[in-house]
Amino acid sequence: MREVEYNTVVETVARLCKEANYFLGDDVYNAIKNGLEKEESPVGKDILNQLLKNADIAKNEEIPICQDTGFAVIFLEHGADVRVKGDINQAITEGVAKGYTEGYLRKSILSDPVKGKNTNDNTPPIIYTTIVPGDKIKITVAPKGGGSENMSAVKMMTPADGIEGVKKFVIDTVVQASSNPCPPIVVGVGIGGNFEYVAFLAKKALLRNIGERNPDPFYADVERELLEKINNTGVGPMGLGGRITCLDVFIEVFPRHIASFPAAVNINCHAARHKSAVI
Amino acid sequence: MSEPIRLKTPLTEEDVLKLKIGDSVLLTGKIYTARDAAHKRLFDLAEKGEPLPLDLKGQIIYYAGPAPAKPGYVIGPAGPTTSGRCDPYTPKLLEIGLKGMIGKGVRSKEVKDAMQKYKAVYFAATGGAAALIAKNIKAVKVVAYEDLGAEAIRELEVEDFPLIVANDAYGGDLYEEGMKKYRRE
Repeated sequence: MREVEYNTVVETVARLCKEANYFLGDDVYNAIKNGLEKEESPVGKDILNQLLKNADIAKNEEIPICQDTGFAVIFLEHGADVRVKGDINQAITEGVAKGYTEGYLRKSILSDPVKGKNTNDNTPPIIYTTIVPGDKIKITVAPKGGGSENMSAVKMMTPADGIEGVKKFVIDTVVQASSNPCPPIVVGVGIGGNFEYVAFLAKKALLRNIGERNPDPFYADVERELLEKINNTGVGPMGLGGRITCLDVFIEVFPRHIASFPAAVNINCHAARHKSAVI
Repeated sequence: MSEPIRLKTPLTEEDVLKLKIGDSVLLTGKIYTARDAAHKRLFDLAEKGEPLPLDLKGQIIYYAGPAPAKPGYVIGPAGPTTSGRCDPYTPKLLEIGLKGMIGKGVRSKEVKDAMQKYKAVYFAATGGAAALIAKNIKAVKVVAYEDLGAEAIRELEVEDFPLIVANDAYGGDLYEEGMKKYRRE
Protein backbone atom coordinates (compact mmCIF):
# COMPACT_ATOMS: atom_id res chain seq x y z
CA MET A 1 0.00 0.00 0.00
CA ARG A 2 1.25 3.46 -0.91
CA GLU A 3 2.09 5.72 2.02
CA VAL A 4 1.88 9.52 2.25
CA GLU A 5 3.76 11.58 4.85
CA TYR A 6 1.63 13.30 7.52
CA ASN A 7 3.34 16.60 6.73
CA THR A 8 2.49 16.39 3.04
CA VAL A 9 -1.17 16.58 4.04
CA VAL A 10 -0.53 19.48 6.46
CA GLU A 11 1.42 21.51 3.88
CA THR A 12 -1.00 20.79 1.04
CA VAL A 13 -4.04 21.86 3.06
CA ALA A 14 -2.27 25.00 4.32
CA ARG A 15 -1.36 25.96 0.74
CA LEU A 16 -4.87 25.31 -0.58
CA CYS A 17 -6.44 27.44 2.20
CA LYS A 18 -4.27 30.38 1.13
CA GLU A 19 -4.68 29.88 -2.62
CA ALA A 20 -8.46 29.49 -2.40
CA ASN A 21 -8.68 32.77 -0.51
CA TYR A 22 -6.19 34.78 -2.60
CA PHE A 23 -6.83 33.66 -6.17
CA LEU A 24 -10.21 34.05 -7.83
CA GLY A 25 -10.71 31.17 -10.29
CA ASP A 26 -10.08 32.07 -13.95
CA ASP A 27 -13.54 30.68 -14.77
CA VAL A 28 -15.17 33.09 -12.30
CA TYR A 29 -13.01 36.03 -13.39
CA ASN A 30 -14.01 35.47 -17.03
CA ALA A 31 -17.67 35.03 -16.13
CA ILE A 32 -17.67 38.41 -14.33
CA LYS A 33 -15.91 39.96 -17.33
CA ASN A 34 -18.55 38.53 -19.70
CA GLY A 35 -21.26 39.74 -17.34
CA LEU A 36 -19.91 43.26 -17.64
CA GLU A 37 -20.89 43.28 -21.32
CA LYS A 38 -24.44 42.19 -20.55
CA GLU A 39 -25.01 44.36 -17.49
CA GLU A 40 -27.37 47.28 -18.18
CA SER A 41 -27.29 48.99 -14.78
CA PRO A 42 -24.54 51.62 -14.39
CA VAL A 43 -24.29 50.82 -10.66
CA GLY A 44 -24.11 47.11 -11.56
CA LYS A 45 -21.32 47.72 -14.07
CA ASP A 46 -19.40 49.74 -11.53
CA ILE A 47 -19.70 46.88 -9.00
CA LEU A 48 -18.54 44.23 -11.49
CA ASN A 49 -15.55 46.42 -12.36
CA GLN A 50 -14.73 46.72 -8.66
CA LEU A 51 -14.84 42.93 -8.31
CA LEU A 52 -12.35 42.47 -11.15
CA LYS A 53 -10.05 45.14 -9.73
CA ASN A 54 -10.37 43.52 -6.31
CA ALA A 55 -9.41 40.11 -7.72
CA ASP A 56 -6.34 41.64 -9.39
CA ILE A 57 -5.19 43.24 -6.13
CA ALA A 58 -5.77 40.05 -4.12
CA LYS A 59 -3.83 37.97 -6.65
CA ASN A 60 -0.90 40.36 -7.06
CA GLU A 61 -0.47 41.04 -3.35
CA GLU A 62 -1.49 37.60 -2.10
CA ILE A 63 -4.16 38.90 0.25
CA PRO A 64 -7.72 37.55 0.66
CA ILE A 65 -10.37 38.43 -1.93
CA CYS A 66 -12.83 38.89 0.95
CA GLN A 67 -12.32 39.49 4.67
CA ASP A 68 -14.68 36.59 5.40
CA THR A 69 -12.25 33.82 4.63
CA GLY A 70 -14.88 31.31 5.60
CA PHE A 71 -15.42 28.00 7.28
CA ALA A 72 -12.83 25.60 5.85
CA VAL A 73 -14.90 22.89 4.13
CA ILE A 74 -12.76 19.98 2.96
CA PHE A 75 -13.71 17.31 0.43
CA LEU A 76 -11.50 14.22 0.47
CA GLU A 77 -11.48 11.57 -2.22
CA HIS A 78 -9.36 8.98 -0.51
CA GLY A 79 -7.97 6.12 -2.62
CA ALA A 80 -8.46 2.70 -1.04
CA ASP A 81 -4.82 1.77 -1.74
CA VAL A 82 -3.11 4.65 0.05
CA ARG A 83 -2.66 5.53 3.70
CA VAL A 84 -1.41 8.63 5.49
CA LYS A 85 1.23 7.99 8.17
CA GLY A 86 -0.84 9.22 11.11
CA ASP A 87 -4.32 10.64 11.60
CA ILE A 88 -5.42 12.28 8.35
CA ASN A 89 -8.18 14.32 10.03
CA GLN A 90 -5.64 15.68 12.50
CA ALA A 91 -3.26 16.52 9.63
CA ILE A 92 -6.02 18.43 7.81
CA THR A 93 -6.93 20.34 10.97
CA GLU A 94 -3.28 21.26 11.46
CA GLY A 95 -3.08 22.37 7.83
CA VAL A 96 -6.11 24.65 8.24
CA ALA A 97 -4.63 26.25 11.38
CA LYS A 98 -1.31 26.77 9.60
CA GLY A 99 -2.85 28.16 6.41
CA TYR A 100 -5.17 30.57 8.22
CA THR A 101 -2.45 31.78 10.59
CA GLU A 102 0.44 32.09 8.11
CA GLY A 103 -1.82 33.45 5.38
CA TYR A 104 -3.31 36.30 7.44
CA LEU A 105 -6.79 34.87 6.91
CA ARG A 106 -9.61 35.82 9.27
CA LYS A 107 -10.45 33.40 12.08
CA SER A 108 -14.23 33.11 12.14
CA ILE A 109 -14.96 29.89 14.05
CA LEU A 110 -16.51 29.69 17.53
CA SER A 111 -15.72 26.61 19.63
CA ASP A 112 -19.36 26.05 20.57
CA PRO A 113 -22.45 27.39 18.74
CA VAL A 114 -24.02 28.82 21.90
CA LYS A 115 -21.33 29.16 24.58
CA GLY A 116 -18.28 29.36 22.31
CA LYS A 117 -15.28 31.62 21.99
CA ASN A 118 -13.19 32.13 18.87
CA THR A 119 -10.83 29.17 18.38
CA ASN A 120 -8.28 31.67 16.97
CA ASP A 121 -6.97 29.38 14.23
CA ASN A 122 -10.18 28.80 12.24
CA THR A 123 -10.36 25.14 13.26
CA PRO A 124 -12.09 22.79 13.22
CA PRO A 125 -12.67 22.29 9.51
CA ILE A 126 -15.68 20.36 8.18
CA ILE A 127 -14.37 17.23 6.43
CA TYR A 128 -16.28 15.02 3.97
CA THR A 129 -14.49 11.79 3.07
CA THR A 130 -15.33 9.46 0.21
CA ILE A 131 -13.38 6.25 -0.35
CA VAL A 132 -12.58 5.78 -4.04
CA PRO A 133 -10.52 3.23 -6.03
CA GLY A 134 -6.81 3.99 -6.55
CA ASP A 135 -3.76 5.05 -4.55
CA LYS A 136 -4.14 8.84 -4.60
CA ILE A 137 -5.82 11.35 -2.30
CA LYS A 138 -7.63 14.33 -3.81
CA ILE A 139 -8.05 17.20 -1.37
CA THR A 140 -10.40 20.08 -2.14
CA VAL A 141 -10.56 23.12 0.13
CA ALA A 142 -13.72 25.19 -0.29
CA PRO A 143 -13.79 28.07 2.23
CA LYS A 144 -17.41 29.18 2.69
CA GLY A 145 -18.42 32.62 3.92
CA GLY A 146 -21.31 33.28 6.29
CA GLY A 147 -23.22 35.76 4.14
CA SER A 148 -24.00 33.30 1.38
CA GLU A 149 -24.30 30.21 3.60
CA ASN A 150 -26.98 31.96 5.69
CA MET A 151 -29.16 32.41 2.60
CA SER A 152 -29.18 28.69 1.73
CA ALA A 153 -32.20 26.41 2.27
CA VAL A 154 -33.43 22.81 2.38
CA LYS A 155 -37.03 21.90 1.59
CA MET A 156 -38.72 18.53 1.94
CA MET A 157 -40.98 18.85 -1.10
CA THR A 158 -43.62 16.36 -2.21
CA PRO A 159 -43.18 14.23 -5.34
CA ALA A 160 -46.16 16.12 -6.82
CA ASP A 161 -44.11 19.34 -6.73
CA GLY A 162 -41.83 17.87 -9.40
CA ILE A 163 -39.08 19.73 -11.23
CA GLU A 164 -41.29 22.83 -11.58
CA GLY A 165 -41.57 22.98 -7.80
CA VAL A 166 -37.79 22.78 -7.49
CA LYS A 167 -37.33 25.62 -10.00
CA LYS A 168 -39.74 27.83 -8.04
CA PHE A 169 -37.96 26.97 -4.77
CA VAL A 170 -34.57 27.90 -6.25
CA ILE A 171 -35.77 31.24 -7.64
CA ASP A 172 -37.70 32.15 -4.49
CA THR A 173 -34.61 31.40 -2.37
CA VAL A 174 -32.40 33.59 -4.57
CA VAL A 175 -34.85 36.52 -4.59
CA GLN A 176 -35.35 36.22 -0.83
CA ALA A 177 -31.54 36.26 -0.38
CA SER A 178 -31.31 39.51 -2.38
CA SER A 179 -27.97 41.23 -1.72
CA ASN A 180 -26.94 39.22 1.36
CA PRO A 181 -24.98 36.45 -0.43
CA CYS A 182 -23.01 39.05 -2.47
CA PRO A 183 -24.38 38.60 -6.00
CA PRO A 184 -23.43 37.77 -8.69
CA ILE A 185 -23.82 34.39 -7.01
CA VAL A 186 -23.19 30.77 -7.94
CA VAL A 187 -26.10 28.46 -7.07
CA GLY A 188 -25.71 24.81 -6.07
CA VAL A 189 -28.89 22.73 -6.19
CA GLY A 190 -29.39 19.24 -4.73
CA ILE A 191 -32.39 17.11 -5.70
CA GLY A 192 -33.19 13.68 -4.21
CA GLY A 193 -31.50 11.56 -1.57
CA ASN A 194 -32.75 12.41 1.91
CA PHE A 195 -32.75 15.34 4.34
CA GLU A 196 -29.01 15.61 5.04
CA TYR A 197 -27.72 14.17 1.77
CA VAL A 198 -29.57 16.70 -0.40
CA ALA A 199 -27.76 19.55 1.38
CA PHE A 200 -24.46 17.78 0.76
CA LEU A 201 -25.33 17.47 -2.96
CA ALA A 202 -26.05 21.21 -3.18
CA LYS A 203 -22.72 21.98 -1.52
CA LYS A 204 -20.83 19.53 -3.75
CA ALA A 205 -22.39 21.14 -6.83
CA LEU A 206 -20.50 24.34 -5.95
CA LEU A 207 -17.19 22.61 -6.65
CA ARG A 208 -17.85 22.69 -10.40
CA ASN A 209 -16.28 25.33 -12.62
CA ILE A 210 -18.42 27.97 -14.36
CA GLY A 211 -19.91 26.55 -17.54
CA GLU A 212 -19.50 22.91 -16.49
CA ARG A 213 -22.93 21.39 -17.20
CA ASN A 214 -24.57 18.35 -15.60
CA PRO A 215 -23.80 15.38 -17.90
CA ASP A 216 -27.52 14.52 -18.11
CA PRO A 217 -28.98 16.77 -20.87
CA PHE A 218 -32.27 17.06 -18.93
CA TYR A 219 -30.56 18.63 -15.92
CA ALA A 220 -28.18 20.62 -18.11
CA ASP A 221 -31.27 22.27 -19.65
CA VAL A 222 -32.74 22.98 -16.21
CA GLU A 223 -29.42 24.60 -15.20
CA ARG A 224 -29.52 26.88 -18.25
CA GLU A 225 -33.18 27.73 -17.69
CA LEU A 226 -32.64 28.57 -14.02
CA LEU A 227 -29.63 30.76 -14.84
CA GLU A 228 -31.74 32.77 -17.28
CA LYS A 229 -34.69 33.03 -14.90
CA ILE A 230 -32.49 34.13 -12.00
CA ASN A 231 -30.90 36.78 -14.17
CA ASN A 232 -34.38 38.00 -15.12
CA THR A 233 -35.31 38.66 -11.49
CA GLY A 234 -33.52 42.01 -11.61
CA VAL A 235 -31.71 41.46 -8.27
CA GLY A 236 -28.42 42.40 -9.96
CA PRO A 237 -24.87 42.90 -8.63
CA MET A 238 -24.97 43.37 -4.84
CA GLY A 239 -28.79 43.33 -5.05
CA LEU A 240 -28.95 46.93 -6.22
CA GLY A 241 -30.71 46.06 -9.48
CA GLY A 242 -29.34 44.75 -12.76
CA ARG A 243 -29.01 41.90 -15.21
CA ILE A 244 -26.19 39.88 -13.64
CA THR A 245 -27.48 38.21 -10.49
CA CYS A 246 -25.98 34.78 -11.06
CA LEU A 247 -22.88 33.41 -12.82
CA ASP A 248 -24.03 29.77 -12.99
CA VAL A 249 -26.36 27.12 -11.59
CA PHE A 250 -25.18 23.57 -10.88
CA ILE A 251 -27.55 20.69 -10.15
CA GLU A 252 -26.56 17.40 -8.50
CA VAL A 253 -29.10 14.61 -8.15
CA PHE A 254 -29.46 11.28 -6.32
CA PRO A 255 -32.14 8.54 -6.24
CA ARG A 256 -34.97 9.18 -3.77
CA HIS A 257 -37.46 7.30 -1.59
CA ILE A 258 -40.90 6.97 -3.25
CA ALA A 259 -42.44 9.16 -0.52
CA SER A 260 -39.82 11.94 -0.49
CA PHE A 261 -38.69 14.71 -2.81
CA PRO A 262 -35.99 16.71 -1.01
CA ALA A 263 -34.40 19.77 -2.59
CA ALA A 264 -31.62 22.06 -1.38
CA VAL A 265 -30.17 25.36 -2.50
CA ASN A 266 -26.65 26.28 -1.42
CA ILE A 267 -25.69 29.78 -2.49
CA ASN A 268 -22.10 30.82 -3.05
CA CYS A 269 -20.85 34.40 -3.30
CA HIS A 270 -19.04 35.75 -6.37
CA ALA A 271 -15.70 34.54 -4.98
CA ALA A 272 -16.89 30.91 -5.43
CA ARG A 273 -13.76 29.62 -3.67
CA HIS A 274 -12.44 26.09 -4.16
CA LYS A 275 -8.97 24.74 -4.85
CA SER A 276 -7.87 21.11 -5.22
CA ALA A 277 -4.66 19.08 -5.17
CA VAL A 278 -3.88 15.39 -5.65
CA ILE A 279 -1.25 13.81 -3.41
CA MET B 1 -23.33 57.01 -13.67
CA SER B 2 -23.53 60.55 -12.33
CA GLU B 3 -20.48 62.29 -10.82
CA PRO B 4 -19.85 61.01 -7.31
CA ILE B 5 -20.74 63.26 -4.38
CA ARG B 6 -17.79 63.92 -2.05
CA LEU B 7 -18.71 63.65 1.62
CA LYS B 8 -16.73 64.21 4.81
CA THR B 9 -17.48 62.79 8.27
CA PRO B 10 -19.03 63.60 10.68
CA LEU B 11 -22.29 64.04 8.76
CA THR B 12 -24.73 66.88 9.36
CA GLU B 13 -28.47 66.66 8.83
CA GLU B 14 -27.96 68.84 5.76
CA ASP B 15 -25.47 66.30 4.31
CA VAL B 16 -27.96 63.51 4.86
CA LEU B 17 -30.92 65.34 3.35
CA LYS B 18 -29.19 66.02 0.05
CA LEU B 19 -28.58 62.29 -0.57
CA LYS B 20 -30.99 60.21 -2.66
CA ILE B 21 -30.99 56.49 -3.45
CA GLY B 22 -28.67 55.56 -6.32
CA ASP B 23 -26.28 58.46 -5.61
CA SER B 24 -22.66 57.52 -5.87
CA VAL B 25 -20.56 58.83 -2.97
CA LEU B 26 -16.85 59.09 -2.14
CA LEU B 27 -16.48 59.24 1.63
CA THR B 28 -13.51 60.71 3.50
CA GLY B 29 -12.90 60.95 7.25
CA LYS B 30 -13.32 58.81 10.35
CA ILE B 31 -15.81 55.94 10.45
CA TYR B 32 -16.31 53.18 13.04
CA THR B 33 -16.55 49.42 12.47
CA ALA B 34 -19.09 47.46 14.49
CA ARG B 35 -20.80 44.12 13.89
CA ASP B 36 -23.72 42.59 15.79
CA ALA B 37 -21.65 41.56 18.86
CA ALA B 38 -20.46 45.17 19.39
CA HIS B 39 -23.94 46.48 18.58
CA LYS B 40 -25.46 44.42 21.34
CA ARG B 41 -23.10 46.02 23.87
CA LEU B 42 -23.72 49.56 22.58
CA PHE B 43 -27.47 48.92 22.58
CA ASP B 44 -27.49 47.62 26.16
CA LEU B 45 -25.63 50.75 27.36
CA ALA B 46 -27.89 53.10 25.39
CA GLU B 47 -31.01 51.38 26.76
CA LYS B 48 -29.77 51.95 30.30
CA GLY B 49 -28.89 55.54 29.44
CA GLU B 50 -25.24 54.90 30.25
CA PRO B 51 -22.37 56.56 28.30
CA LEU B 52 -21.06 54.73 25.23
CA PRO B 53 -17.32 54.14 24.69
CA LEU B 54 -17.59 56.49 21.68
CA ASP B 55 -19.85 59.42 20.81
CA LEU B 56 -22.05 58.41 17.87
CA LYS B 57 -23.43 61.89 17.13
CA GLY B 58 -23.09 62.56 13.40
CA GLN B 59 -20.97 59.44 12.96
CA ILE B 60 -21.08 56.54 10.53
CA ILE B 61 -20.89 52.86 11.51
CA TYR B 62 -19.36 50.43 9.04
CA TYR B 63 -20.59 46.85 9.43
CA ALA B 64 -17.25 45.10 8.99
CA GLY B 65 -14.80 42.72 10.64
CA PRO B 66 -11.48 42.97 8.80
CA ALA B 67 -9.03 40.16 8.15
CA PRO B 68 -5.62 40.47 9.89
CA ALA B 69 -3.13 42.88 8.30
CA LYS B 70 -0.09 41.46 6.54
CA PRO B 71 3.20 43.05 7.68
CA GLY B 72 3.52 46.47 6.03
CA TYR B 73 -0.25 46.88 5.64
CA VAL B 74 -2.48 49.31 7.58
CA ILE B 75 -5.34 46.80 7.65
CA GLY B 76 -6.33 43.47 6.13
CA PRO B 77 -9.13 43.14 3.58
CA ALA B 78 -12.19 44.89 5.02
CA GLY B 79 -15.41 44.57 3.03
CA PRO B 80 -18.94 45.02 4.37
CA THR B 81 -20.84 42.29 6.20
CA THR B 82 -24.61 41.68 6.20
CA SER B 83 -26.25 44.73 7.79
CA GLY B 84 -29.49 42.98 8.71
CA ARG B 85 -27.90 41.30 11.74
CA CYS B 86 -27.59 44.74 13.35
CA ASP B 87 -31.21 45.73 12.59
CA PRO B 88 -32.61 44.98 16.06
CA TYR B 89 -30.14 47.44 17.63
CA THR B 90 -30.04 50.16 14.95
CA PRO B 91 -33.15 52.29 15.69
CA LYS B 92 -31.83 52.95 19.22
CA LEU B 93 -28.45 54.09 17.87
CA LEU B 94 -30.15 56.36 15.33
CA GLU B 95 -32.18 57.85 18.18
CA ILE B 96 -28.97 58.87 19.99
CA GLY B 97 -27.48 60.56 16.94
CA LEU B 98 -25.96 58.01 14.53
CA LYS B 99 -26.25 59.56 11.05
CA GLY B 100 -24.97 56.92 8.67
CA MET B 101 -24.37 53.21 8.16
CA ILE B 102 -22.31 51.30 5.61
CA GLY B 103 -22.91 47.64 4.86
CA LYS B 104 -24.54 45.24 2.46
CA GLY B 105 -28.10 44.04 2.20
CA VAL B 106 -31.64 45.12 2.87
CA ARG B 107 -32.74 46.74 6.14
CA SER B 108 -35.83 46.03 8.22
CA LYS B 109 -38.92 48.24 8.16
CA GLU B 110 -38.09 49.40 11.70
CA VAL B 111 -34.64 50.62 10.58
CA LYS B 112 -36.04 52.36 7.49
CA ASP B 113 -38.72 54.08 9.59
CA ALA B 114 -36.12 55.20 12.14
CA MET B 115 -33.91 56.54 9.32
CA GLN B 116 -36.76 58.79 8.19
CA LYS B 117 -37.59 59.85 11.73
CA TYR B 118 -34.03 60.69 12.80
CA LYS B 119 -32.68 61.65 9.33
CA ALA B 120 -30.01 59.10 8.52
CA VAL B 121 -28.57 57.43 5.45
CA TYR B 122 -27.54 53.87 4.61
CA PHE B 123 -24.77 53.26 2.11
CA ALA B 124 -24.03 50.01 0.27
CA ALA B 125 -20.38 49.07 -0.14
CA THR B 126 -19.40 46.28 -2.53
CA GLY B 127 -19.48 42.98 -0.67
CA GLY B 128 -16.42 40.89 -1.38
CA ALA B 129 -14.40 43.82 -2.76
CA ALA B 130 -12.45 43.69 0.50
CA ALA B 131 -8.91 43.96 -0.88
CA LEU B 132 -9.91 46.99 -2.97
CA ILE B 133 -11.73 48.71 -0.08
CA ALA B 134 -8.68 48.24 2.18
CA LYS B 135 -6.78 50.56 -0.20
CA ASN B 136 -9.10 53.40 0.84
CA ILE B 137 -8.30 52.91 4.53
CA LYS B 138 -5.38 55.06 5.64
CA ALA B 139 -5.27 54.48 9.40
CA VAL B 140 -6.89 52.20 11.94
CA LYS B 141 -7.10 51.96 15.71
CA VAL B 142 -9.18 49.87 18.08
CA VAL B 143 -11.37 52.18 20.18
CA ALA B 144 -13.52 49.69 22.11
CA TYR B 145 -14.19 46.02 22.86
CA GLU B 146 -10.76 44.71 21.91
CA ASP B 147 -11.81 41.33 23.36
CA LEU B 148 -14.12 40.86 20.38
CA GLY B 149 -11.16 40.43 18.02
CA ALA B 150 -12.27 40.95 14.40
CA GLU B 151 -15.54 42.28 15.85
CA ALA B 152 -13.96 45.02 18.00
CA ILE B 153 -14.91 48.65 17.31
CA ARG B 154 -12.22 50.20 15.13
CA GLU B 155 -11.82 53.80 14.06
CA LEU B 156 -10.92 53.84 10.38
CA GLU B 157 -9.63 56.85 8.49
CA VAL B 158 -10.95 56.45 4.99
CA GLU B 159 -10.24 58.40 1.85
CA ASP B 160 -12.62 58.37 -1.12
CA PHE B 161 -14.36 55.17 0.03
CA PRO B 162 -16.74 54.39 -2.92
CA LEU B 163 -20.36 53.92 -1.79
CA ILE B 164 -23.89 53.88 -3.19
CA VAL B 165 -26.85 55.37 -1.32
CA ALA B 166 -29.11 52.34 -0.76
CA ASN B 167 -31.64 53.87 1.66
CA ASP B 168 -32.17 57.61 2.08
CA ALA B 169 -33.89 59.73 4.72
CA TYR B 170 -37.01 59.96 2.53
CA GLY B 171 -37.90 56.27 2.67
CA GLY B 172 -36.27 55.46 -0.67
CA ASP B 173 -34.97 51.88 -1.05
CA LEU B 174 -32.61 51.08 -3.95
CA TYR B 175 -32.89 47.32 -3.28
CA GLU B 176 -36.61 47.51 -4.10
CA GLU B 177 -36.42 50.11 -6.85
CA GLY B 178 -33.37 48.59 -8.58
CA MET B 179 -34.88 45.14 -8.72
CA LYS B 180 -38.17 46.49 -10.09
CA LYS B 181 -36.35 48.45 -12.76
CA TYR B 182 -34.35 45.51 -14.13
CA ARG B 183 -36.91 42.74 -13.64
CA ARG B 184 -38.04 40.86 -16.79
CA GLU B 185 -41.09 38.61 -16.89
